[in-house]
Amino acid sequence: MVNGFLGAVPDAGLAWLRADGPHADIVLSTRIRLARNLRNFRFGTRAEGADRQEVLRLTLEAAGAAPVLTSGRQVVVSELEQSERQLLLERHLVSRELIGGNGHVAPTHTALLMMVNEEDHLRLQNILGGFRLRDAWRDVERLDDELGQRLPYAFHTEFGYLTSCPTNVGTGLRASVLMHLPGLVLTQEIGKVLQGISQVGLTFRGLYGEGSEVVGNFFQISNQTTLGKTEEDLIDHLQRIVHQVVQYETQARQVLLRDAPVVIEDKVWRAYGLLRHARSTTFEEVMNLLSGVRLGVGLKLIPDLSVYTLNRIMIFTQSAHLEQVAGAPLAEGDADTHRAAFVRQVLQAEAGAPPER
Amino acid sequence: MLCENCGKNEAAIHLTQIQNNEMSTLHLCEACAESRGLSTGHPAGVAPLADFIAQMGKSIAAETVATAGTCPSCGLTLADFKRTGRLGCARCYTTFDASLRGLLRKLHGGTQHSGKVYLPPDPTETDRTARVVSLRRSLSRAVEAEDFERAAALRDQIRRLEAGQEG
Repeated sequence: MVNGFLGAVPDAGLAWLRADGPHADIVLSTRIRLARNLRNFRFGTRAEGADRQEVLRLTLEAAGAAPVLTSGRQVVVSELEQSERQLLLERHLVSRELIGGNGHVAPTHTALLMMVNEEDHLRLQNILGGFRLRDAWRDVERLDDELGQRLPYAFHTEFGYLTSCPTNVGTGLRASVLMHLPGLVLTQEIGKVLQGISQVGLTFRGLYGEGSEVVGNFFQISNQTTLGKTEEDLIDHLQRIVHQVVQYETQARQVLLRDAPVVIEDKVWRAYGLLRHARSTTFEEVMNLLSGVRLGVGLKLIPDLSVYTLNRIMIFTQSAHLEQVAGAPLAEGDADTHRAAFVRQVLQAEAGAPPER
Repeated sequence: MLCENCGKNEAAIHLTQIQNNEMSTLHLCEACAESRGLSTGHPAGVAPLADFIAQMGKSIAAETVATAGTCPSCGLTLADFKRTGRLGCARCYTTFDASLRGLLRKLHGGTQHSGKVYLPPDPTETDRTARVVSLRRSLSRAVEAEDFERAAALRDQIRRLEAGQEG
């Protein structure tokens, strides 16, 4: 049960919402993912029931002996209700593939998480708040070492760690950061920046993974290649480029404040006003308004509003979360009114009196 | 929302401009945006793999059919791989070696892994040596980066491996 799992894991895998990492006003979260497979079993897409069971058994045995994971809880995705699966997905804790299949997930007391029987037998994942690539990598690497001492991984002397999809082979490493870049979007510099990113071996996508649209000015930037460079090189490269993008974004925001202060303040306060008072909002609208408010908080135009609150709104206004609070499935129109009410309530509690200047 | 230029297609590009402290937003369909010379900045790599695999299929056909075949371990055929983009097992990498190399070169710019070297639960002497070499590389990096905590941990790991214990 997710509720059991929510109770067992502090913040239920949402520790990164606290936004306590470096550059948390621009970089929401850092994620590292390692793909691993066991040598003598078919990979996820071609594995049969018995193979999957055996992979799970071996993995849990190894995980039980791994100090990093001993406090973990196992969640069997196939035993979850659809709404519970959706909750995990909305928290970015599991992949769409795992939700659709019969995989397992084992979150731990830290932000470390292990997915079993996804497209690859193992996906080790770590999500931290702010811009913390090296920290995120350190924990995943330790888990990988501990599991690797007990599990026979599929490893090729030339190609490295073997994966179901050839785009992941080699290191099996995908490092990504979730960035909020309204300054670059408003100054129309974003096209150039994204083009630059794809020219240096990185790639970008929207908030919800591959092929998803860009919503709320969020961009996920990650390494494109996984083979031929060391894990440290891949991470350092991403680190350097993201650091540069943070600087560009900061500059763009300063330019906006200098050249178009009225436009920006108006945009920020209108967004805040709508969120504070609207009676019905779609998720996409909330995301776009949040982007304006987030910019306002980053520019210190809106006092007394924390990034943590904005992050919470972003996760808890998704439909499965609203339904969990409501305790029942919500029709589309109902979801919109529940969403608006939730946002009003959270902002009211944080800000107290209505915004007046 | 319909395109503000042609009024026919769904608007896909939303262009926001600031001029003289005034912001305006233009909603255009892709065709109209393109005719105005606006780059849509499509996400890179939406489906690069599909293209690569399609390409790969062509070159395979041109070469010999004998190299293709079926993976003896999981039964995957090259046609299956072309359809799904996913390999079936570790053995597939050997079975389809000839065709995979070209693909890996296109995807990653090379075929030689230079990251972490895996040390199996029951390592041979060769496994140990390869692992030590990769750990030494990480060690010199850690020292360069003045990450002494990591350097010390790596040094201990190397010592344990050289003493014949698991790392």
